[in-house]
Amino acid sequence: MSSNEEAEGRPLFSYRTLDIAVALFFLVVCAIVMVDSLRLGITWKPNEGPRPGLFPFYIVLAMGIASLVNLAQALPRTPGGEKTATTVPGIMRMAAIFVPAVLFVFATNYIGIYVSAAIYVGTFMVFFGKFPVWKALAVSLGLAIVNFMMFEVWFLVPLPKGPLETAFGY
Amino acid sequence: MDELNALFGGFAVALSAYHLMLMVIGITLGVVIGVLPGLGGANGVAILLPLTFSMPPTAAIILLTSIYWGALFGGAITSILFNIPGEPWSVATTFDGHPMAQNGKADEALVGAFTASFVGAIFAVVLITFLAPVVAKFALKFGPAEFFAVQFLTFASFIGMGRGSAFKTVASMCLGFALATVGLDGVTGTLRMTFGQDELLNGFKFLVAVIGLFGIGEILCSMEDGLKFNGAAAKLRMDAVIRTWKQLPRMWLTFLRSCIVGCWMGITPGGATPASFMGYGIAKRLSKRGDNFGKGELEGVVAPETAAHAAGTSALLPMLTLGIPGSPTAAVLLGGLLIWGLQPGPLLFVEQKEFVWGLIASMYLGNVVGLVMVLTCVPLFAAILRVPFSIIAPSIVFICAIGAYTVNNAMFDVWMMLAFGVLGYLFNKLRYPLPPLVLALVLGDQAESSFRQAMLVSQGHVGIFWSNWLCGGIMTLGMVMAFWPALQALRAKFSGNGAVARTA
Repeated sequence: MSSNEEAEGRPLFSYRTLDIAVALFFLVVCAIVMVDSLRLGITWKPNEGPRPGLFPFYIVLAMGIASLVNLAQALPRTPGGEKTATTVPGIMRMAAIFVPAVLFVFATNYIGIYVSAAIYVGTFMVFFGKFPVWKALAVSLGLAIVNFMMFEVWFLVPLPKGPLETAFGY
Repeated sequence: MDELNALFGGFAVALSAYHLMLMVIGITLGVVIGVLPGLGGANGVAILLPLTFSMPPTAAIILLTSIYWGALFGGAITSILFNIPGEPWSVATTFDGHPMAQNGKADEALVGAFTASFVGAIFAVVLITFLAPVVAKFALKFGPAEFFAVQFLTFASFIGMGRGSAFKTVASMCLGFALATVGLDGVTGTLRMTFGQDELLNGFKFLVAVIGLFGIGEILCSMEDGLKFNGAAAKLRMDAVIRTWKQLPRMWLTFLRSCIVGCWMGITPGGATPASFMGYGIAKRLSKRGDNFGKGELEGVVAPETAAHAAGTSALLPMLTLGIPGSPTAAVLLGGLLIWGLQPGPLLFVEQKEFVWGLIASMYLGNVVGLVMVLTCVPLFAAILRVPFSIIAPSIVFICAIGAYTVNNAMFDVWMMLAFGVLGYLFNKLRYPLPPLVLALVLGDQAESSFRQAMLVSQGHVGIFWSNWLCGGIMTLGMVMAFWPALQALRAKFSGNGAVARTA
């Protein structure tokens, strides 16, 4: 599988880079939680028991120690660590679903989840799946309508709606 | 043998065309609810509760429990096909269920999951039939120290039974705990880790994290690997049922272990979610084929499903006998009982004999009807995998967004879901285990508050966790689990092979 990937495109990150980045991410989270735990107090309060910061403090202490070990294990240059984790085409393909997903969530605030989902599914089918436009339209509209019926009408679960739904009286 | 006579009386009540029809309707609705993220068994039962007010209590509870069984069955479907757990207790089902689907064995995984659910549920119903009063009394002994001990054992088993790096397991688990502390502190009412952000008041809901980590993370991984959806090769053969059932008898020990774990967790109210994780963990450690777990092993589907359903079903036991619901859905059913004018508790067995035994008989029947229904639909479910990936991928993102939004009705959660998706992708790549993170998010609050309550009771002495045999036994077992990798490493060092001690 990995040889396939290597043949496929320019390597972007090695496992070592990613491992170090994630270990550093853990250490940042650890520092943030520790700061707030110390503000809340990590001592024993007579008649009230442990202060609210005690439990999180020791939890992230354990997390910090474990992350330091992970960092120490990731740092030396080993053959395993130098292997390619992601390639440029791989990242591009992920961006093809993720960037539109971000736009979809952003658009939901303005035009409601059903309309933006129909646009999202439809455009993805046309541009990525190379479907003919009429098929993409049928699938995306059908999906939006079925979900609308299911959530808004049958189960009465309100989801974000926009001007179009308001025009229909919802 | 009074129980048997009463049970036959119950069958006479439950076996009518009207009741059977209600079961079929209830299970269909339940499967739909279980498949849809954001709609759980508890929500489903709650939404449909008002419809049952005009029915006689026996018919009403048959309909509602059937929805519950349906939801329990349905949660497995999306876990196996799309790696999106429809219900929290199906998270453990994804570990082997989804790899099986990727290997083209989706139908076997589904049949295995449904059959396992059925076995777990029936085992629990038998337990309810005969042990109801005895076992319920035992659950009353549980104090904060015992609760913490059970939770500690659950978490320690991750470290002891994990395959990868123990340090990555610890880091992942503690991240879950840290995220669980965000928001309002349940004991003192102070705000923690919110840094003045109003959106963080509610904290991180584990469903949002699960949908992001598993659902979005999986989509990112399959996009990176190329266009094709790995499960698309699933073949639909009608003999899947027989093929799978032939493999099941040799797993009898796994079934039995998961049933016992599940019933224990259901009654004590540990709940179905930790039960499924424990069932999986125990099977992974003790099974001969444990090394294959995570790569698509039928036994890895059977173990968590059996435990989850044994727990989900036996959670009704304390509800009926003591009025203490063992699960959120049981709590909603309890509300229903009160509305119908029935007082749950020991007296229910005396005053409303017909209702109680009718209910218990309907548990047997409902599960049989449910199994037949879902098994006949397996080809239908597996056919979903043939839909092209460029339709499936954005649709899953859409469904995930709905699921994340409905948790708190907040767009903030949908953004968090995307962030968790990236995290899920990275964790997957670097072999940080996800289950400990999820379980810590689920149980973090409870574990912390039972720890703090126990500390209050003992005025800060850790000795309270060894104050009686029950609690002390569980804690000691937990300690052994937590330090298992270290012990293994020590043993490797002293065995004289000169092998480098690695916590692997």
